[in-house]
Amino acid sequence: MTTAEETTAGESLLLPVPDEDGAPFWEYAARGELRVQACTACGRLRFPPRPCCPHCQSFDSEWRRTSGRGRIWSWVRPHPPLLPAYAAQAPYNVILVELADAPQIRLAGNLVTSADAPLNSVDPARLRIGARVQAVFTEVGGMSVPRWVLEKA
Amino acid sequence: MAATLKDATAIVGIGQTAFAKRLPSSEKELACRAILAALADAGIAPSEVDAFASYTMEETDEVEVAKAIGAGDVTFFSKVGYGGGGSCATVGHLAAAIATGQATVGVAWRSRKRGSGPRPWKNTAVQLPTPGQWTRPFGLLRPADEIGMLARRYMHEYGATRDHLFNVAMACRNRANENPAAMMYERPLTREMYMSSRMISEPLCLFDNCLETDGALACVIVSAERARDCRQKPVYVHSAAQGLPAQHHGMVNYWNDDPLSGPAWTAARHLWKQADFGPSDVDVAQIYDAFTPLIPLSLEGYGFCGRGEGAAFTEGGALELGGRLPINTGGGGLSEAYVHGFNLINEGVKQLRGTSTAQVPDAATCLVTAGEGVPTSAILLRA
Ligand SMILES: [Zn+2]
Repeated sequence: MTTAEETTAGESLLLPVPDEDGAPFWEYAARGELRVQACTACGRLRFPPRPCCPHCQSFDSEWRRTSGRGRIWSWVRPHPPLLPAYAAQAPYNVILVELADAPQIRLAGNLVTSADAPLNSVDPARLRIGARVQAVFTEVGGMSVPRWVLEKA
Repeated sequence: MAATLKDATAIVGIGQTAFAKRLPSSEKELACRAILAALADAGIAPSEVDAFASYTMEETDEVEVAKAIGAGDVTFFSKVGYGGGGSCATVGHLAAAIATGQATVGVAWRSRKRGSGPRPWKNTAVQLPTPGQWTRPFGLLRPADEIGMLARRYMHEYGATRDHLFNVAMACRNRANENPAAMMYERPLTREMYMSSRMISEPLCLFDNCLETDGALACVIVSAERARDCRQKPVYVHSAAQGLPAQHHGMVNYWNDDPLSGPAWTAARHLWKQADFGPSDVDVAQIYDAFTPLIPLSLEGYGFCGRGEGAAFTEGGALELGGRLPINTGGGGLSEAYVHGFNLINEGVKQLRGTSTAQVPDAATCLVTAGEGVPTSAILLRA
């Protein structure tokens, strides 16, 4: 596991620092899979991950694979002052994606033209609430993180 | 002992330091100055203080404050969570402690050097494990980004526009222009300035964000019985509530069923249930305004209008002096000072004493709220 100190070394983007509950999300992401925690007792999905089910209090869970498809629920375009690595790409977009398989689950991410493209690679005129997007994965500092591309019409 | 908090206690003293981008004094010194000013205002000796309440992100703890000001034996102290969401809860906690006989003289305070100090979001070591792992790597770094996300969705769902957000910024600035203690006292705002200002996190521009301020404030709370003998006209704590909604997730409340109805709704339900009057009886309101979109959201949450009607509520000068609901009459966090909302508490007291620089005639009831978007709190004050 990466420490917070290591993530701030140099001027790189912040890395996710998984906790015990979140670790499986990032392990599946490393395999290119977008998975969400599900209760094995009542079947309900939950996010962010946590030890027990808020609906039935069961401690048994599994990680269910999603289609990786979703829609933009909202978005912002941050401008400086920002941390250096983000300022270098600003203004960039941050989107919130509601998953097609579970609309109540919304993941923060970035809309890019391709998996490895910069955070500001998409023309802001294309940012639209409701736009269909698809998860892709890119390497940041040795970790695999999801990014989003517009779904081909 | 009172079975209810209703009017059982009163705020009898308020104090503050200067507000500025940079003050030479330490946070501890500012805290002591504000507290001693509030005690002097009440006519109560520091040795009589036996209760303290503050909220997190306060660097000066009660041990340091009690020792420095010469407090007596202290029998109650509390520190409320969630930064700006805890401002009003300090008053609520002291009111509960005093009403139930745990203490007799309570002091709540906030001291901050936010104008000259570091910005909390720049600390990359905090927040990265849950929940930061789900947002910060993607560049959702600052509170402005986190609230901007809700603001964009709110605008999309309800047809709110930047003009509505401007109405909020303008009402606060107009009141600050009347308040010599405000950082924006002699600095008028125009629509042209607002619309052409630089973006911070689209859709939020510079004027949608609170100030960065050094300064401190404090207030003194005693029982209603004792308040009658104090120097100032008592301002009664009529109702108090905290709010942490089911499945809430803090600033990035994106994962519950309805991210646009936040902690204000939860606090409001309890606040009104305990009160003898309702939203339409509120003469003036001090609503936490770290960001302009928090105002329409709070207007809905506290029941001044229906769901989705908060933006339209700001039209036609409704938030201005003489309007349907004058707000943030000292200038608020947007234009008086950003001291994590404590200036809103003291301004509420000034209104009910009749001493505000933007006085609402015969104001007898005031709602004061803490930060919407995080686990929050609110109080109803009455003259
Ligand atoms: Zn379950």
